[in-house]
Amino acid sequence: MAVSDMASGMKALFRTTAVRLSALYLLLFAACAAFLVFYVTSMSQGLLRDQIRETVAQEAFEIQQVYNRAGMNGLLRTLERRARQPGANLYIIANPAGEILAGNVLSLQPGVLDQEGWTTAPFRYERFGDEGKSERHAALAEVFLLPNSLKILVGRDLGEPENFRGLVRQSLVVALGIMGIGALAIWYLIGRNALRRMDRMSDASQRIMDGDLTQRLPVGGSGDEFDRLSESLNAMLGRIEKLNEGLRQVSDNIAHDLKTPLTRLRNKAEAALAGKTEPAEFRESLSEIIAESDQLIRTFNALLMISRVEAGSAVAEMGPVDLTQIVSDCVELYEPAAEEAGLSVTAEIAPDIHVTGNRELIGQALGNLLDNAIKYVDGAPEGRIVVRLSREGEAAQVSVADNGPGIPAERRADVLKRFVRLDKSRSKPGTGLGLSLVEAVMEVHHGTLKLDATIAGDGAEHGLTATMRFPAGGAGKA
Amino acid sequence: MKILIVEDDLDAAAYLTKAFREAGIVSDHASDGDSGLFLATENAYDVLVVDRMLPRRDGLSLISELRAKGIHTPALILSALGQVDDRVTGLRAGGDDYLPKPYAFSELLARVEVLGRRKGSPEQDMTYRVGDLELDRLAHVVRRAGREILLQPREFRLLEYLMKNAGQVVTRTMLLENVWDYHFDPQTNVIDVHVSRLRSKIEKDFDQPLLRTVRGAGYMIKDEVSA
Repeated sequence: MAVSDMASGMKALFRTTAVRLSALYLLLFAACAAFLVFYVTSMSQGLLRDQIRETVAQEAFEIQQVYNRAGMNGLLRTLERRARQPGANLYIIANPAGEILAGNVLSLQPGVLDQEGWTTAPFRYERFGDEGKSERHAALAEVFLLPNSLKILVGRDLGEPENFRGLVRQSLVVALGIMGIGALAIWYLIGRNALRRMDRMSDASQRIMDGDLTQRLPVGGSGDEFDRLSESLNAMLGRIEKLNEGLRQVSDNIAHDLKTPLTRLRNKAEAALAGKTEPAEFRESLSEIIAESDQLIRTFNALLMISRVEAGSAVAEMGPVDLTQIVSDCVELYEPAAEEAGLSVTAEIAPDIHVTGNRELIGQALGNLLDNAIKYVDGAPEGRIVVRLSREGEAAQVSVADNGPGIPAERRADVLKRFVRLDKSRSKPGTGLGLSLVEAVMEVHHGTLKLDATIAGDGAEHGLTATMRFPAGGAGKA
Repeated sequence: MKILIVEDDLDAAAYLTKAFREAGIVSDHASDGDSGLFLATENAYDVLVVDRMLPRRDGLSLISELRAKGIHTPALILSALGQVDDRVTGLRAGGDDYLPKPYAFSELLARVEVLGRRKGSPEQDMTYRVGDLELDRLAHVVRRAGREILLQPREFRLLEYLMKNAGQVVTRTMLLENVWDYHFDPQTNVIDVHVSRLRSKIEKDFDQPLLRTVRGAGYMIKDEVSA
């Protein structure tokens, strides 16, 4: 059971990208390391051999000199002396048939003495004093003939470079072994960790697919790739949930809020048919009916626009827009109507503010805010509207402040919802969609809509300030 | 004026034909894109009223096809779609105006009349005259009976648009579109207030009214005496 679990665990592990990648890296790395070590050892071995050749050649030259100067006796004496020194080279004097006559070598690989010059490959030999020992040494040597046709061999043991190579290869094997084990352990840990997190994510998505849109993917808090992925997926889920919620809310509200005017419309038509007889009265009723349907159409258009804005279809038409111009246009457009309603309009518009956005949508949003201000402040003594466009750090901010009745703090979130109208405003014309549209427009611009009380000069709170904030990035000079 | 209505909803088409006839406009009707294209190519119309969604060939492709053939009859697109981006695509396809459904007939009529008049109307006229009111587009001067009237820049543009379409009804949305260049629904009476301010400037001190309100539709500037 445990073993099969482990086996299936390993199988799953190997399917993860992290493990596959690290296995690939390990293989590549090991190959490179092996290549490097072999290259280094063979290079240094070659270097050592060259040194040996040089020493041997020097000796051979000296021995020839000795022979030329002191004859055979001198040569024998010199060899005898040199052979006895510790760590001595190899010396052999042999007859033309290859039998060893003198020197410090007991026996050697047959055939070495047959060829004059450098031995092509290392050969095996046995020294005096090494008899009985199983190990035989390898050496490199030069063979040459004396004028009296005796053969002289001068050589040097290869023990040193051989040992060196052995040592390097051994440590390489150990190092690779440690690396391999370490890598395996790390893969296992990382891979298993990754697998667990993926499993948790797929569990969560399964629950979401089962219909629980409030579920979110787990976020570990380390800010790594998984967390970033989870966060953006969560943001996506949040948006989906909100859209879904909005859709549900709208269908609920359509039932309530569109039925009322439709009923009114029908009643009016019915009453006109039933009672009126004078053409003038008919005309009167008909124009009332038209006004009623216009209001319905207006509501439908606003709803349609909100859903289109929320669906992001207006994003395609985004571009650099002159916010200063839009705010000035809107103030200029609404100012006479405000004055007509007995309100004073003050505008403080910062020059040269550009954002990325849609001119129509921003204009419509600001228009809605101004429209609200005019509608609700109307009748207040010394009614005042202050429109302000300013740069707040990197962001751009448009605010419309009035000194009207305002909205109680606890209802401010509600009025952003579709069709929500405060009781005292029900008597005023309007669709109950104005602020929802402003909020939707701000969302498309990655900005925010905030509703606050207006703070008067004396610190008292009265009226409403609606602030549209366009974020950095969008703001700034175009 | 003769217009072509391309609309696949037969009830709507019958209503439009009747309503246009009552307004003194003769109309032909095509119920799909291909026959609409055929009629618009074969006959000379003053204005085309084209529904955007049509069987066989959609309204936008009908208009681009006509434009490709070098026929520049002014076209108004009617559409049940109808927000910011749709208007832009409609106008890019070669449409001259765009009206989202549902619309008030008075709005459609006003726009069709303005489009139909556009052909003959001399855009290059440097001075517009209505009765004793005179607007000099180059010098930006407005005079009535020889007396200069001082207007704000926006009031000037408002009067300019009204006088350019003198004798025709212009609706509030047409004013917002052409004078302010915004296409949204201003909800309150913002346009009315601008118009009444303009009216008081050009009619104060004069007996003869020029700018009148057309109930349920919009405004019209007209010389009532000579007309």
